[in-house]
Amino acid sequence: MKLKLKIWRQNKKGAKGKFEIYEVVANEHMSFLEMLDVLNEQLVAEKKDPVAFEHDCREGICGTCGMVIDGRPHGLLQGTTTCQLHMRFFNDGDTIVIEPYRSKAFPIIKDLVVDRSPLDKIIQAGGFISINTGQPQDANAIPIEKDTSSKAMDAAACIGCGACVAACPNGAAMLFTSAKISHLGLLPQGAIETDRRTMRMVTQMDKEGFGSCSNIGACEVECPKEIKMTNIARMNRYYYKSSFFSEY
Amino acid sequence: MKWLISFFTSSLGRKLIMALTGLFLIIFLLIHLTGNSLLLLNDGGESFTGFVVFMEENPVIKISAYILYLGFIIHIIQGISVYLGNRKAKGGSYAVTTTANASIFSKYMFWFGMVILIFLIIHLGDFWLGLKVTHTFGNEELYHKLINKFHNPIYLIIYELGMIALFMHLRHGFQSAFQTLGLNDKKWTPIVKCLGNIYSIIVPLGFFIIPLYVYFVK
Repeated sequence: MKLKLKIWRQNKKGAKGKFEIYEVVANEHMSFLEMLDVLNEQLVAEKKDPVAFEHDCREGICGTCGMVIDGRPHGLLQGTTTCQLHMRFFNDGDTIVIEPYRSKAFPIIKDLVVDRSPLDKIIQAGGFISINTGQPQDANAIPIEKDTSSKAMDAAACIGCGACVAACPNGAAMLFTSAKISHLGLLPQGAIETDRRTMRMVTQMDKEGFGSCSNIGACEVECPKEIKMTNIARMNRYYYKSSFFSEY
Repeated sequence: MKWLISFFTSSLGRKLIMALTGLFLIIFLLIHLTGNSLLLLNDGGESFTGFVVFMEENPVIKISAYILYLGFIIHIIQGISVYLGNRKAKGGSYAVTTTANASIFSKYMFWFGMVILIFLIIHLGDFWLGLKVTHTFGNEELYHKLINKFHNPIYLIIYELGMIALFMHLRHGFQSAFQTLGLNDKKWTPIVKCLGNIYSIIVPLGFFIIPLYVYFVK
């Protein structure tokens, strides 16, 4: 299949970027990243600067391969990352527009690569349990209701790819932050520190310059791990409680 | 004290203010519609004028009017400030815009709000200003003033456009307020969504029909 790619090229942070058009021949079995690899080999052979994009595991669990394909983070497929998107979902002769995530908190480093470290800073502010858990204990020593542990597990599926921020018309990071707050807060070991954790993580999130949620829901649609907005409602509850009824 | 300020200036605190003032204004709209619906009665405006006199003279309602003004002002100023902050946080827009991941009601909620604001200014200038501030007409004259006003087709169109924007704004606003309050679960969310759909259609529709009735019948 012959494709026309319109890709955002930007030399470095703060530089002026622009779209460039490339032509590439791919086959439908390739993943989206493999198609970009073909393009880059082509560019290297022509002694041109290859397109910078991030990738790591290429099996949908690392959250590295974030880019916006035809206006949608990780492309048109629901519940998948860019590396899990295959070329069979495109047609011969298609023009595909590829852009980096756009958010003030995620400055573009080069081409499709953005700096997502503000998400790390939110985790560093409180997204952890501060005690050593020691040796594995008897599984039944702390009873956890199945539905609760499932909710925690669903929230823990967040791979921190930043698609929620990229999709959000407000540039908010609330789906990410709420997933992290929820997966720890729902389980007994993490629940102990919920008040402090919520205060610190929300404060850091605001400090990083993310926007404010208006419950649009684009984050939930674009999340490759299908994290639900019920987590944002939970974060709101935790935050009201920790603001008004705790020492933090 | 410092904690309270940082709560209300945080992203989540500001959301809470929007939700609470929004729900307060939602209750107000119901009372407003109750009054307006008296215009549908064929009694020469007697019940409507009675309602106006009651609203104007009851001391409890007089005080609540000031709370209402405050509710409007906070909702409008906070809404604009949150929108500007979010636009700054977004940084830029994508070359390809998609409607696949969000409804127009939620995505353009701010702009529907702005249309309502323009409508509100015109609406207040027509009735509230004369009745409450400049006293160019009294409680008893409001009925005739209103009938005259709605016979002006330009005003009628402005009013109806305002009501369409109100529907668009409430369609997302109603349920969004509950999500912000932290209510999102299997049991209550379907009920909230259902109530939100009913409210956002019935209330603006009521406001929409009454001027048409006045224009064509009275």
